Amino acid sequence: MTVWPVRYTFRAILSSRVMNESQRRADVGRISLSGDGLTVTEPHKTELSLTLDSVLESVEQVEVTAEQFARRAEFDEDTACHIGMVAREAAANAVIHGNRGNPAKRVRARFLLTDDALTIHIADEGSGLDPQALRDPLAEENLHRANGRGIFLMKAIMDEVHFRQLSPGTEIVMKKRRGQKETEG
Amino acid sequence: MSMKVATREVDGVTIVDLSGKITLGEESGTLRDTVLGIIAKGSKKIILNLAEITYVDSSGLGELVSAFTAVKNAGGELKLINLTKKVSDLMVITKLVTVFDVPDSEAAAIGSF
Repeated sequence: MTVWPVRYTFRAILSSRVMNESQRRADVGRISLSGDGLTVTEPHKTELSLTLDSVLESVEQVEVTAEQFARRAEFDEDTACHIGMVAREAAANAVIHGNRGNPAKRVRARFLLTDDALTIHIADEGSGLDPQALRDPLAEENLHRANGRGIFLMKAIMDEVHFRQLSPGTEIVMKKRRGQKETEG
Repeated sequence: MSMKVATREVDGVTIVDLSGKITLGEESGTLRDTVLGIIAKGSKKIILNLAEITYVDSSGLGELVSAFTAVKNAGGELKLINLTKKVSDLMVITKLVTVFDVPDSEAAAIGSF
C-alpha cells in the first residue's frame, strides 16, 4: 500500500443500485491504493474524495489517482495516461492559480466511476476563474506562448469539461465516457 | 521536473538526450537553461532527442516552447526527434507540430541544418 506524504481524507463510497440505504451505509469504507490500482471492486459505482494541501505533491497524487480510476474504467493505456495528465493539469491550476500555494487553502478532488463514465471534480478555494477570459492556445499569436494550454488539453482529452463557481473558489468537472478507445485530436 | 539531460556532439550538431518527464516542478526552466548554455558555448544547431521522455504535461510543452524560442532568439535552430506517441499526440492536439521541426530520424535531423 502506498503511503502518501500529504494530508488527505481517504474515503471510498461503494454502492449498488439495488442496495437499500442501510446496506449502502454498511458498504461505506476505506479503500487503499497500490501499484495495481484500487483494491476494492464494485461494478456499479466507485467514488473517492480527497482533501489535499496546496502543494505539488497533491498534484502528483491527483494524477496517480485519476490514472488508477481510468485503468479501472478500462480505458486504453494512452487514454488512461492522458486522463491522468488532465487531472494533473486541473490540480496544478487549483494549487498554483486558484489557491496560489496558500497553506491555509485546500484542494478537493473527487473521482466518480459509474457504468457510463469517469467523472473527476477538482475544486480550489481561490478567487475564481473566468473561463471566457482564457486565451485560445491554437491562435497563431499564442502558439509560441509557454503557458495557457492546460484547460485546452482538458477539453481535448475529456468529453465534457464544466466550470462551477464556488464561494470561494472554482470547481472543474471533467467527464470521460466509457467505451471510447481513442483520445480525440 | 524529473528529467535527465545528457549532451553529445555529432557532425557539429549538439544532441540533447532527454529522459524522464518534462512536467511542472521546481526545476522549471532547466531545459531552456540547458539550451542557452549550449548556445553560449558556440553551438547553434541543437537537437532534442525525446525518445526516453515518457511524459509531458502542459508545463512541459511550455518548457519545449521556451527552449525553442530561446534558441531562435539566439540565432540558432532547435529540432525535435523521436517523439513517443503520447508526446506526438499532444503536439498535434496543441498544433505545436506547426512550430517545431520534427525530422524522422537523428540522421535526417543532422542533415537538415
